[in-house]
Amino acid sequence: MAKVTLTIDQKTVEAEPGDPLLEVAKKAGVYIPHLCYMDDLPSYGGCRLCAVEIEGVRGLPLACTTQVTDGMVVRTDTAPVRELQRGVMETILSEHPDRCLTCHRKIHCLPNWICLRDDVVTDRCVTCAKNQWCELQQVSEFLGMEGTGRFYEEGRSWYGAREEIPLERENPFIERDYNKCILCARCVRVCDEVRGVGAISVTYKGDKARIDTPFGIPLHETNCELCGACVDVCPTASLMDKTTKWAGLPDKLVSTICPYCGTGCQLLLHVKGERIVRVSADAEGAVNKGQACVKGRYGLDFVHHPERLTTPLIRDNGAFREASWDEALDLVASRLGDYRGEEFAAIASSKCTNEDCYILQKFARVVMGSNNVDHCARL
Amino acid sequence: MSTFEGLKTDGEAAWRNYMGDTKPLLQVGMGSCGVAAGAEEALAVLRREVTARNIPATVSITGCNGMCFAEPLVMVTREGRTVTYGEMTPERIPALVEEVLVRGGVWAEAALGVSGEEEWQGIRPLAETEFFRLQERRLMARCGVIDPENIEHNIALGGYAALHKALSGMTPETVIQEMNQSGLAGRGGANFPCGRKWDFLRQAKATPKYMICNADEGDPGAFVNRILLESDPHLVIEGILIGAYATGAEAAYIYLREEYPLAARRLRIALEQARARGLVGDNILGLGFKCNLELVVGAGSYVCGEETGLISSIQDSRGMPRIRPPFPAQAGVFGKPTNVNNVETYANAPLIIAHGGQWYASMGTERARGTKMFSISGHIVRTGVVEVPLGTPLRRIFEEAGGGVGNGRPLKAIQSGGPLSGFLTARHLDLPLEPQAFAPEGVLMGSGGLVFVDEGACLVDMVLRYLTFAQDESCARCTTCRIGTQRYVDILERITQGKGRPQDLDTFRWLEGVMRNGNCAHGQASPTAVISTLRHFPEEYEAHIREKCCPAGVCPLPAASPALTR
Ligand SMILES: Cc1cc2nc3c(=O)[nH]c(=O)nc-3n(C[C@H](O)[C@H](O)[C@H](O)COP(=O)(O)O)c2cc1C
Ligand code: FES
Repeated sequence: MAKVTLTIDQKTVEAEPGDPLLEVAKKAGVYIPHLCYMDDLPSYGGCRLCAVEIEGVRGLPLACTTQVTDGMVVRTDTAPVRELQRGVMETILSEHPDRCLTCHRKIHCLPNWICLRDDVVTDRCVTCAKNQWCELQQVSEFLGMEGTGRFYEEGRSWYGAREEIPLERENPFIERDYNKCILCARCVRVCDEVRGVGAISVTYKGDKARIDTPFGIPLHETNCELCGACVDVCPTASLMDKTTKWAGLPDKLVSTICPYCGTGCQLLLHVKGERIVRVSADAEGAVNKGQACVKGRYGLDFVHHPERLTTPLIRDNGAFREASWDEALDLVASRLGDYRGEEFAAIASSKCTNEDCYILQKFARVVMGSNNVDHCARL
Repeated sequence: MSTFEGLKTDGEAAWRNYMGDTKPLLQVGMGSCGVAAGAEEALAVLRREVTARNIPATVSITGCNGMCFAEPLVMVTREGRTVTYGEMTPERIPALVEEVLVRGGVWAEAALGVSGEEEWQGIRPLAETEFFRLQERRLMARCGVIDPENIEHNIALGGYAALHKALSGMTPETVIQEMNQSGLAGRGGANFPCGRKWDFLRQAKATPKYMICNADEGDPGAFVNRILLESDPHLVIEGILIGAYATGAEAAYIYLREEYPLAARRLRIALEQARARGLVGDNILGLGFKCNLELVVGAGSYVCGEETGLISSIQDSRGMPRIRPPFPAQAGVFGKPTNVNNVETYANAPLIIAHGGQWYASMGTERARGTKMFSISGHIVRTGVVEVPLGTPLRRIFEEAGGGVGNGRPLKAIQSGGPLSGFLTARHLDLPLEPQAFAPEGVLMGSGGLVFVDEGACLVDMVLRYLTFAQDESCARCTTCRIGTQRYVDILERITQGKGRPQDLDTFRWLEGVMRNGNCAHGQASPTAVISTLRHFPEEYEAHIREKCCPAGVCPLPAASPALTR
């Protein structure tokens, strides 16, 4: 279909007709605050933050549920838009531990400092595991929420007599803390619409509404695959990797291929000093597009295991000694020369790629003259 | 396959036999209102008495004729005249049997009125009583007259004739034309022209198309749909089928709220009887029109009455209103074109097709055509359901049909249209009952509920209850609705405890502006109860916030300002 041309904050932008305005703006470098939209998934329209002004359209429509049309003139940074966004944010923050987000002194605090001005030292950004990589925090900063606090002491809001929701930490990988949840339902949608699992859902309604498993059973007792996709999309500290929740911010991100299977998922290693503190799936990965499984995501801690083999070992007189790859491969090649045909069999590992497996069977048939070829995934 | 003529002949024979010119007919009013007042026991006692005394009489049931205040009702028909007796509790049944069956007369003190236009045996016509005289009974013509579990009665009294007329002699386009001409607007609250909505579906390209009847009736204080479904379910079924024919829908659903078990029972029976007679199914009345109709019972959520929430619920999804576009007429249930109308909207269709759009449009006002059912309750003498021409002054409903407050206290407020609407004052009694007259007052006329409130009530307390309801029923999609309603509840609660602050009223107005940004009308309109009372009853808030008192003495505060009593 022919492209459409629209204007966003005076920028002329080309887009596919019917694309969500929010995504088109994002690609054009115009940030529209949002907390529930996820790239490539149907809009949910839940956070109500992404309001914009569109010429000829009544009120302040949402950018995520608006499909772009030719000639559309959009403004994202007008006073009514910002006022509404701040209003929505103030409402959201009234249900979230928000003291830092609205504190006028927050620029004076460094990560993991203890607040000097306030006696309530728990439940604030500086003591939150998500501090400085939290989307809610980023949106608050973008909208300048300091000094707001209309609902400061209201009965059910965070500083009132709200009942704490116990943390769910029964599985080894994902920790769920719904005290911080803003019900954007990203986790529910990624689980259902991307992973096709549907282990969690929005349950109940009104102030009792909560993301939960069926009947509130622990996550690992559901059909959850513990893939961690929900953790990746959570804009708050509600869903965190249990083992590395408190590891802090990485120094750098390293893109790599998962060592576990032949799929070859692209992973991002969050590296701090010499350690991998967290693993997430790389959105740039051609085969996995930001998704990973439990092994790649939570199974890379073996890297730092003291007993992990880092060089080949050769058995000399009944004892192993370390060797170089060249030496080890030469030894294998020389010893293989003693065998031919039926004497030989090759078994490939499922960590190998298709190409590796192809080469191995070729080697077995052509070089070794054997049809004894198998693969561990068949066992 | 039965022809319509055959059905009509059978129905008329059954009806004649039922009304019986030799044996008297006794019908116990078995609407939910009657059952709640003891109609089931009354029926059992009546049956026992008649059998034990070996009296030749037919004992049967009927629906509710709208006189909920006088339940249980017993209708006694003899010589073609029906006398309605009120408050026939099980204890009074033997006396009734004694008076009207054994002695063969009437029980004048217990009689509410007689059918027809003339007095009969000293009993005045029901139509002349205060409750009835302002009414124009079209939708309710068979309510409280027929046995709602018997399709033959409905057919004998004109049921399915309009469907037959449409199928045998009208094109879908002419049906829509008649609907447009009638000026019928949706009765579910939004007041959208029904014919235009049908036309959207007719023009939709994708198939199959679906017709949905919204019988979720969640507004507290509204029970007009229930009365229709319990008393004349076939009228609604016929209307849905006419709509399906006009729009090309092949399947239809009735989405009924779980809290209406009796209506569910009546609808199941009605559907079974209609299917057995070829009125619902693959080849309706042998005229080649196909429409399957199914009953879906909800699980108890207010927002499932919102049309897209309802569609999600039918699909076994969480009952959450959806993001529009796409609109239901483009992609509704199962992603197919869908039309949603209220029970009462559909019930009007057979009347319009039978008598013509012009006939229909002649009733009501210029901007609001036809008759509308209203359920009246609260602080009034006569609680019940009335059907009046649109434009009837609210005062006539309150004073004539409702009989006024009746406890000596003056009227304070009128709540119309449920929790998404607001409150009017006694000053508004002269408003005509039409949606357009209510709107400038910041209130919706809504789907038919009218709750009258006397001076004994505290409006801040009532508004708190309404907002608590709205809060509890938020589907939790939109942050503005889910959290905004909670904040309203918090602040209102605080005000009723004497901890209100003057700036709270600003917060109310500010928060309304934020909530207008919600996805569906639930989130957008929940603040209306607060905003309309801020406008019409500012003194109530003033008293609670500034004087720290509750003039009605409902909240845990002194009834008069501490400053004044000191
Ligand atoms: C929260 C909410 C609840 C609603 N509940 C009902 C209901 O119980 N019954 C109904 O007919 N319409 C209800 N509606 C209105 C429907 O969305 C829709 O407008 C109506 O069914 C259309 O039918 P009509 O055109 O015949 O009025 C509700 C709307 C909202 C926003
Ligand atoms: S991103 Fe548009 S509503 Fe959340």
